[in-house]
Amino acid sequence: MRRGPSWFNIVSLLIGFSFLYLPIVLLVIYSFNAGRNVAVWAGWSTRWYSALLQNQQLLDAAWVTLRVAFISASVATVLGTLAALVLVRQGRFHGRTLFSGMVYAPLVMPEVITGLSLLLLFVAINFDRGFWTVTIAHITFSMCFAAVVVQSRLVTFDRSLEEAAMDLGCPPAKAFFLITLPIIMPAIIAAWMLAFTLSLDDLVIASFTTGPGATTLPMRIYSAVRLGVTPEINAVCTILVGVVAVGVLVASVITKRQEAERQRAERMAAANR
Amino acid sequence: MNGFSTSRAGRLIVRLLPYAWLLVFFLLPFLIVFKISLSQVTLAIPPYMPTFDLVGGISGLMDSVRQLSFENYAFLFSDRLYVLSYLSSLQIAGISTLLVLMIGYPIAYGMARSPRAWRPTLLMLVILPFWTSFLIRVYAWIGILSREGLLNNFLMSTGIIDAPLTILSTNIAVYIGIVYSYLPFMVLPLYASLERMDESLLEAANDLGCPPPKTFWVITVPLSLPGIVAGCFLVFIPAVGEFVIPDLLGGSQTLMIGRTLWAEFFNNRDWPLSSAVAVILLLILVIPIMIFQNMQQRQQEKNS
Repeated sequence: MRRGPSWFNIVSLLIGFSFLYLPIVLLVIYSFNAGRNVAVWAGWSTRWYSALLQNQQLLDAAWVTLRVAFISASVATVLGTLAALVLVRQGRFHGRTLFSGMVYAPLVMPEVITGLSLLLLFVAINFDRGFWTVTIAHITFSMCFAAVVVQSRLVTFDRSLEEAAMDLGCPPAKAFFLITLPIIMPAIIAAWMLAFTLSLDDLVIASFTTGPGATTLPMRIYSAVRLGVTPEINAVCTILVGVVAVGVLVASVITKRQEAERQRAERMAAANR
Repeated sequence: MNGFSTSRAGRLIVRLLPYAWLLVFFLLPFLIVFKISLSQVTLAIPPYMPTFDLVGGISGLMDSVRQLSFENYAFLFSDRLYVLSYLSSLQIAGISTLLVLMIGYPIAYGMARSPRAWRPTLLMLVILPFWTSFLIRVYAWIGILSREGLLNNFLMSTGIIDAPLTILSTNIAVYIGIVYSYLPFMVLPLYASLERMDESLLEAANDLGCPPPKTFWVITVPLSLPGIVAGCFLVFIPAVGEFVIPDLLGGSQTLMIGRTLWAEFFNNRDWPLSSAVAVILLLILVIPIMIFQNMQQRQQEKNS
């Protein structure tokens, strides 16, 4: 067997990744196009970005979206972490199948179904639709993604550290906050970020569950896109892509550093045992 | 003996919070959808009847129950639009899933066979588009595929074609959109199962004189089967109910059930009928979803 990548592998990687990235790169480049026609290049310009700052509707929508994403990601991360703890640590209990079903189903559930069903719930209980209904809807589906992310870290977790602490008389809750939580923190941060971007992205569920005064950025983008491609929308999209890309890169650097630190700490703990 | 789990009360609280949340905001809504799918549309707020009022007591409730009917379902199956929407959704999702598999497999294979030092970066590169907005990624294709778009401009300036191709607003654009958007969902599980594979098996086959293509079909593919199945479910199930892609990239002739449901709800304001559409869609997807859940659970039990 030949070691190292073959030509076939390299070519398929190159084609695959250009397919993944070319559309986004083109979108970013054309957001700096001076002309209004998006397909004809007319020189570099940042005029569409300054035009955005005048667009109050868009700015309002961005503010709503950020607030929804922040609150829903935070609650979803807490609930998702709890759900992951239940799935990994609580073994068999009454209703476990239903529980794990409810955690995994939203991962693949078509958004139109989730959106419609939540809306009908809010109408049935006469809950005023708007900011909070969108937030609750986002918590519900993103907590399941958060649970899966935290769960994948928990299954590889070395429990002996926690057990050692409890053998030394540390109460379980304290052991959780002092030992388990710091160790699974990178996964929790990743879960929060995933929940945040899922909420930032969502068009379908937000469209169903929203009410007056709670128009989110994807809803604004969608209604603009239906009328055609415009450089302003390219500019909004570029900003969103940039924010997410920077966020993900920073987070991956932080988690890498933390992971290295954790491994060193675990080695030291093992050496001192 | 760990974490919260030592004290029974602690365990119960940890379990109760997410359990209750999902019961109220995930399971209960489905029951309501089912109930409303048996109602009739009216010009009122909310636009369906009967509504369950607890004011009328038990007899009022029974009255309401008697007003429920399967009329919406009968209508769904008598109207070709809905039946065709379901069938063409399944067809588009099925073909797209195969395409994603065919494109994703070489990428995942290339990643798994790349030098160990490259792998985290390659993995990151696959995950990154998944973090950028779905809507934006679909939108990016409009600018590329439209009549005056970048692809046509490029092909005409290089002289490959004389007249612009019509790709946007056809099913081809929908396929491109689904393949593009769902590619990471396929590559990630495939990569996970290919990376775990024991390479010495391939060497053994090679030593015994098995030609590489046969080695691929006899050893690599069967061993990556869990990844293939997981990837296919992750693509197929959400793709059946896809709304954004057929709406933005497809044409008026592109029938997909997610789009039909959206139109029924937002344009025709027929809540009972759109509920019935959702219930049937859920019934179609319930078996794949259950298989998917089972696999997730088994995988998790294997890991722990």
